[in-house]
Amino acid sequence: MTMNYKNIALFAIIGVVFILTGMVKGPNAALYLLNLGLISAILALGVNLQWGLAGLLNVGIMGFVALGALSTVLISMPPTTEAIAAGGLRVVVALLIGAATILGAVQLMKRMTPGKSRNLALIGLLVVGFFLFRFLFDPAVSAIESVDSAATGYLGGLGLPVLLAWPMGALMAAGAAWIIGKTALGLRSDYLAIATLGIAEIIIAILKNEDWLSRGVKNVVGIPRPVPYEVDLQASESFLNTAQTFGINDPILASTVFVKLCYTGLFVVVLAILMWLSQQALNSPWGRMMRAIRDNEVAAEAMGKDVTRRHLQIFILGSAICGLAGAMWATMDSTLIPTSYQPLRFTFLIWVMVIIGGSGNNWGAILGGFLILLLWDWGEQLGLWMMEFVTWPLADGVWLKDHLINNAPHMRLMMIGIVLLLILRFSPRGLIPEE
Amino acid sequence: MDLINALVALANFVLVPAIAYGSQLALGALGVTLIYGILRFSNFAHGDTMAFGAMATILVTWLLQSWGVSLGPLPTALLALPFGILATIALLLVTDRTIYRFYRKQKAAPVIFLIVSLGVMFVMNGIVRFIIGPNDQRFSDGARFIIKARDFKNATGLSEGLAFKTSQGITIVTAIVVVAALFWFLNKTRTGKSMRAYSDNEDLALLSGINPERVVMITWIIVAALATTAGVLYGLDKGFKPFTYFQLLLPIFASAIVGGLGNPLGAIAGGFVIAFSEVTITYAFKKVLGYLAPEGLEPSSLVQLLSTDYKFAVSFTILIIVLLFRPTGLFKGKAL
Repeated sequence: MTMNYKNIALFAIIGVVFILTGMVKGPNAALYLLNLGLISAILALGVNLQWGLAGLLNVGIMGFVALGALSTVLISMPPTTEAIAAGGLRVVVALLIGAATILGAVQLMKRMTPGKSRNLALIGLLVVGFFLFRFLFDPAVSAIESVDSAATGYLGGLGLPVLLAWPMGALMAAGAAWIIGKTALGLRSDYLAIATLGIAEIIIAILKNEDWLSRGVKNVVGIPRPVPYEVDLQASESFLNTAQTFGINDPILASTVFVKLCYTGLFVVVLAILMWLSQQALNSPWGRMMRAIRDNEVAAEAMGKDVTRRHLQIFILGSAICGLAGAMWATMDSTLIPTSYQPLRFTFLIWVMVIIGGSGNNWGAILGGFLILLLWDWGEQLGLWMMEFVTWPLADGVWLKDHLINNAPHMRLMMIGIVLLLILRFSPRGLIPEE
Repeated sequence: MDLINALVALANFVLVPAIAYGSQLALGALGVTLIYGILRFSNFAHGDTMAFGAMATILVTWLLQSWGVSLGPLPTALLALPFGILATIALLLVTDRTIYRFYRKQKAAPVIFLIVSLGVMFVMNGIVRFIIGPNDQRFSDGARFIIKARDFKNATGLSEGLAFKTSQGITIVTAIVVVAALFWFLNKTRTGKSMRAYSDNEDLALLSGINPERVVMITWIIVAALATTAGVLYGLDKGFKPFTYFQLLLPIFASAIVGGLGNPLGAIAGGFVIAFSEVTITYAFKKVLGYLAPEGLEPSSLVQLLSTDYKFAVSFTILIIVLLFRPTGLFKGKAL
């Protein structure tokens, strides 16, 4: 990023808004927003890698984020020993059989010569595999889900430190991205968009319905934390003394702010590492090749670049970053709530961040992440103020006024859409354009 | 072994709902495919266009209901539909004039159009939620059933009933009328032919004096009519909720792609392929097989291949299979 006055001013505006938030809503709300901003910036970096550097349209960010969140449960929740004894092994065997069936079908497709016998063998294999899978899977699942379903009713996790879930979330997202990329890349660009839209919906459906895995709509709460708990801090003599030297006498305020600052520290480290890597990638021969492919696929292919392979590579990388961000998010909230994943919030808002910030520019992605998050957070309030302003000539209790003010929170969707359309029209390269 | 009862159960739970749902998807997919054929981009705002059209129709329906106007056994929404279509036409033409035309002039890449349509989607979604709210709305009135399950049982003496909802009947009849009108328009009228020419080869069409802006305008008008009709029919059948229309995007796109993007005939076929697979795969066949199986061999489980929560997975899997083996769709669509 060139250090010109415009860019510095843009980041300064964000800082001012954060300080304002802190003054209006209190330090806790501002710090939570800051942490969310860091996560949004990481998500925007990942999407910027795919869109800005390679021109790939990923409309399934929500799915990768949710996979990352699932990984925190799988890694860090304590295992439910009874449930594992009841059906853990059977579920694993059933899943392996399912995977083996699909692999077998793929191999069959490749090895046998096309014709009637291949089709018959393929259908036979798939049908037998499917029924075998269901035969083992269904009883195992009901056995697991009947184990104390009010408290657990799922397999639980491995009981490992939650920080391990971050790379694991990235890996799981990368795996899903590999499957999607293998099928949809190399076809025309819209297909990738629709395929990713689909996989995201399916991942959410799995999280909502496979109670043995994620407790479904019963949610997982109390995911272990990488940072201290507030109650422990409030009981700790040394912490309170340290807080007093900083002039904070309220133990609750001191502990909650400290916990949020711990998350801020962790997230800043991750963002800094990713940012450094992204900048290196952008300016490396690899980054130049990617941009060459993006700008002219035919020419790049003529120069001997394997376009589809490179696209697959960068698609997996970007999705892995989204998975990592999802794991961080779930860690910060300590919960997995499958119903909270809405595409407008988790997919399209991230897109707006990347495009407004400046696609192809990593600093732009970070700026967009913070900026749009703030707009989203303040959007309801802004909508309300706007409506109050518009309706001030009307007397209280008039139907129209009540309707407008009650529905003002929905203004923020419109606001985000209008901002996106304006930027696309008048400044299509974003606030901090690609260099 | 009881073939007739099995057939009736199958018709009641699978065939009739799938035909109605397939008609709704086909109408939605026709809109997507027309935009793809003429304007050459995937319109992600289509689901929300449907929601807007349905909302406009609902508002007029409520107005008519408050005046005491009704169509007797038919839902009042049919009377309100033309007004809904007019409102949607106005919205889409304004959107095209203020937003899409700029990018058309620039000859922007399809992917840019797609992102612009995301922005339009946000705005439309906001408008709908702002005006009518995010909750379920009921607007169907008139008779609920054409054939009631109990009447059918009494008339035929079978133990299985066949229910045929008014909304399903209206959906099927309307879909047939709309599709027939559309194909007549595309194949027989001068304007329709100019649209197909423009879709096939833009440069040649321009050379032969076809006015592109006129073609685009007529496309939006037709798309508005299709989207509103699809939205209202879906709302009558399954209830109106803004978010479900956004979720319809996936099966609608799957239908259009499975049939071949840009091919209207394909869109219809795709709609029915997707609807029938969704309903068949998520239906529990216990009852049907119970009638067919010999004495004592009736299935004890539900015989449901996938739970209904995974209906998206069905349209998605079909989409992937078609993409892998026949990327241009069952009927030859456009390759870009």
